[in-house]
Amino acid sequence: MQERLSPTQQQLIEAFQRGFPTTSRPFATIAEQIGSDEGSVMAAFADLKNKGYLARIGATYATGRVGASTLAAMEVPQSELEKVAEKISRFTEINHNYEREDKLNLWFVITGATRNDLVRTVEAIEAETGHTVHLMPMIEHYRLDLGFNLQWN
Amino acid sequence: MNNPVPVPELDEIDEALIRATQSGLPITSTPYGDIGLGIGLSPDEVEQRLQRMLDIGVIRRIGIIPNHYQFGYRANGMSVWDIDDDRIDEMGETIGALDFVSHCYRRPRHLPEWPFNLFAMVHGTSRDIVEAHVAEIRKILGDTVHDHRILYSRRILKKTGLRWRKSKERKCCE
Repeated sequence: MQERLSPTQQQLIEAFQRGFPTTSRPFATIAEQIGSDEGSVMAAFADLKNKGYLARIGATYATGRVGASTLAAMEVPQSELEKVAEKISRFTEINHNYEREDKLNLWFVITGATRNDLVRTVEAIEAETGHTVHLMPMIEHYRLDLGFNLQWN
Repeated sequence: MNNPVPVPELDEIDEALIRATQSGLPITSTPYGDIGLGIGLSPDEVEQRLQRMLDIGVIRRIGIIPNHYQFGYRANGMSVWDIDDDRIDEMGETIGALDFVSHCYRRPRHLPEWPFNLFAMVHGTSRDIVEAHVAEIRKILGDTVHDHRILYSRRILKKTGLRWRKSKERKCCE
């Protein structure tokens, strides 16, 4: 996999999972820092995006600081899974939806501006699917999200 | 739930900016300026507001969000643990500091079916590697742990960035 990435691209991924410049021309700022030029840096990012390595360049918000959110799980019979998962994914309030190998086999994150919005979404999902939503909100987080430590081998 | 009251530290313009950036910055020479255009903010104002949200901790980081799958991290195991309540903070801090754990949270039990109160997300290039990592966690937790399980993801059915909009906007659907 990594042989398709240039040394510059590896360097960008290692160095800019946090601290992406907030300057008016951030790619030019990065170019100055790594001894390149703006056009090459932008091309390197565009290529990462095209090849699927880059999900996005974006902000990661602190859980609980912007609106409200909670992890939730549901037990769905295998025969209904496709249909139920599709219904849940259609809610714009759902931003992750995973099938996992467990009795509780559907795991999703519900977001909303306020706690009341979450409650309304839970009620709507239960009404639409006929299954109970088990809420698994975060009580404490033990890891500061600093990005992901990729092993280059 | 995490946050029972609306957050007072953000105004409506911050909220508009959050919505405008949730799918990511464009790869253009002036991405902040381009985002500002869409919501009527000057480039300077976009930068100042983002910087302020970073400073007060609302934004944890701005940066590259890699697609782990594409990098070969195909196995994603959510390990869940039933830990003594009086030891959980100490254990959570220890497990959260491991470099193969990307997220580590305390969550409520749902007894009797769901006794697990600590979640640690473990990523690896194969299930064997995830299992070796989980064995390492098991060893660290020692006699504070009563039961554990690994829930592998079978399919990603939906994954987007932060989805957040005003309370009164329509509920469903895309």
